[in-house]
Amino acid sequence: MAKRIDVSGLSAYYGNHLAIEDISMTVEPRSVTAFIGPSGCGKSTFLRTLNRMHEVTPGGRVEGKVMLDEENLYGAGVDPVAVRRTVGMVFQRPNPFPTMSIYDNVAAGLRLNGTAKRKKDLDTIVERSLVGANLWNEVKDRLNKPGAGLSGGQQQRLCIARAIAVEPDVLLMDEPCSALDPISTLAIEDLIGELKERFTIVIVTHNMQQAARVSDRTAFFNLAGVGQPGRLIELDETQRIFSNPSAQATEDYISGRFG
Amino acid sequence: MDTTPTDSLAPPAPAGKTVTRAGDRVFLGLSRGSGILLLVIMAAIAVFLTVRTISAVSQDHGNFLTTFEWNADNTPPVFGIAVLAYGTVVSSVIAMVIALPVSIGIALFISHYAPRRVASPLAYVVDLLAAVPSIVYGLWGALYLVPHMQGLTAWLDQYLGWTVVFKQSAPGTAARSLFTVGILLAIMIIPIITNVSREVFRQVPRAHEEAALALGATRWEVVRMSVLPFARSGIVSASMLGLGRALGETMAVATVLSSSPVLTAHILDPAGGTFAQNIASHFGEATDFGRDALIASGLVLFVITLLVNGAARMIIARRKEYSGAAA
Ligand SMILES: Nc1ncnc2c1ncn2[C@@H]1O[C@H](COP(=O)(O)OP(=O)(O)O)[C@@H](O)[C@H]1O
Ligand SMILES: [Mg+2]
Repeated sequence: MAKRIDVSGLSAYYGNHLAIEDISMTVEPRSVTAFIGPSGCGKSTFLRTLNRMHEVTPGGRVEGKVMLDEENLYGAGVDPVAVRRTVGMVFQRPNPFPTMSIYDNVAAGLRLNGTAKRKKDLDTIVERSLVGANLWNEVKDRLNKPGAGLSGGQQQRLCIARAIAVEPDVLLMDEPCSALDPISTLAIEDLIGELKERFTIVIVTHNMQQAARVSDRTAFFNLAGVGQPGRLIELDETQRIFSNPSAQATEDYISGRFG
Repeated sequence: MDTTPTDSLAPPAPAGKTVTRAGDRVFLGLSRGSGILLLVIMAAIAVFLTVRTISAVSQDHGNFLTTFEWNADNTPPVFGIAVLAYGTVVSSVIAMVIALPVSIGIALFISHYAPRRVASPLAYVVDLLAAVPSIVYGLWGALYLVPHMQGLTAWLDQYLGWTVVFKQSAPGTAARSLFTVGILLAIMIIPIITNVSREVFRQVPRAHEEAALALGATRWEVVRMSVLPFARSGIVSASMLGLGRALGETMAVATVLSSSPVLTAHILDPAGGTFAQNIASHFGEATDFGRDALIASGLVLFVITLLVNGAARMIIARRKEYSGAAA
């Protein structure tokens, strides 16, 4: 079930290095929100604070609040493991479990923490997830083959199938197409369009055309200089960001007059 | 047993009038020469061992494979490897059963659980333990471990004696048994297996672990889904290193075991022997023929080691397409 994300006053550190500072924004459910900005401005860092993955990096520390509907993800007594079950993530480089078959990759999340299901239910969910990731037709005859044997684009869709199999509330994607060829990229962009019917989607991209194609709203991040923390400049309807942004920095960036 | 290092290392012989530098020629000559020398030495060793083995075994008045006792210097000579093969395999199996889980546990603790300020010194200590000479372990085993085994053996005898394996024929006898040897061997090989496993665990790509974490895996589930499968072949290799040391261990076994030509299922009884221990105990007073007989037993140990290694390679190869390295 898609949920709204409400971030307020969020800062993230690597040790003593402040990577992003005082970010507040709202991510609407059942829509695609794109994060754009120059590299190093903290897009990945911010994304990883949304499912509490930032803190697994040595020295990683977060201040501020992330509300998922009514629940503060950083509230006292909240288990990060439980957070990551409801906020799924797809990485820049496809990372299927190399030692698992295609089937087991998709079922991996379902088998965690004693949530073992009956074989029949598992079959149904695996098929539904692969269909959902537009991968079913390509792999239905080789579900028991290793996932690492697929092409890069197929592997990334396998990772998406794995992420949606556990029915998360939110799906985070960190430059999911940057390691893929144009055709595979298109396939994933189409897929994102379908997935937003069911999930809240946040996608980091360095490709502004991609942001324009897939997202409903776009957030622009920037940093004042090397070593300075990244900040959110503005978040608005994608159309507005690309036609008539309110901040000068955004306009400079999207028109290529950057830096 | 890779016997052709020159073939793969040396550059292709220069064809026609290619210019070759003096340095290259010297290096080529050196590497080719040492390669050939190595081959010749190995062939000589093989011939020597085989000839001695055949001559000894052909004069054996017992059956070399099934005879229990080792009386190669009697007339007529009667000797066999049954007890030695059994004792070698049993003590090594005991050692592996104990050492493997403990080593993987310590290695995982160092690589994935302990905070760095605990992990580094711990890793260092384990490194040091791997370098302790085996005679030191042997002395420790004989002087400390053997006298302190009574409680454990009595307990095993009392509660697990019905399994036959843990039955003591004469309760309360000194613990110079294959079981104690197995424990000592386990202690000796734990540092080796731990070190190698730890290195392998450390090499698991971050991306694999994050894949599991992002799905909502607990730390243990990350280990199970990402770390152990990736490290599988490395763990097998680490075990082989440890097993190799256990199979061939001489001094530690010779100091602890009270050997006798008895083949018994009661592993707590002070009886039995191993190949390496048998060679060490007999080599000093052996006649020329007795030495040939011992060489024959050494060859059998070598064959067992080869078989074990072959089996390990098969385990690694069987799931090659699923190995982490393919990603
Ligand atoms: N693992 C890390 N350790 C220390 N600093 C990091 C780490 N990852 C990123 N950073 C720093 O955090 C800042 C933001 O990085 P990142 O979130 O990767 O930016 P983006 O994804 O927008 O390119 C950069 O200054 C980067 O150097
Ligand atoms: Mg990034």
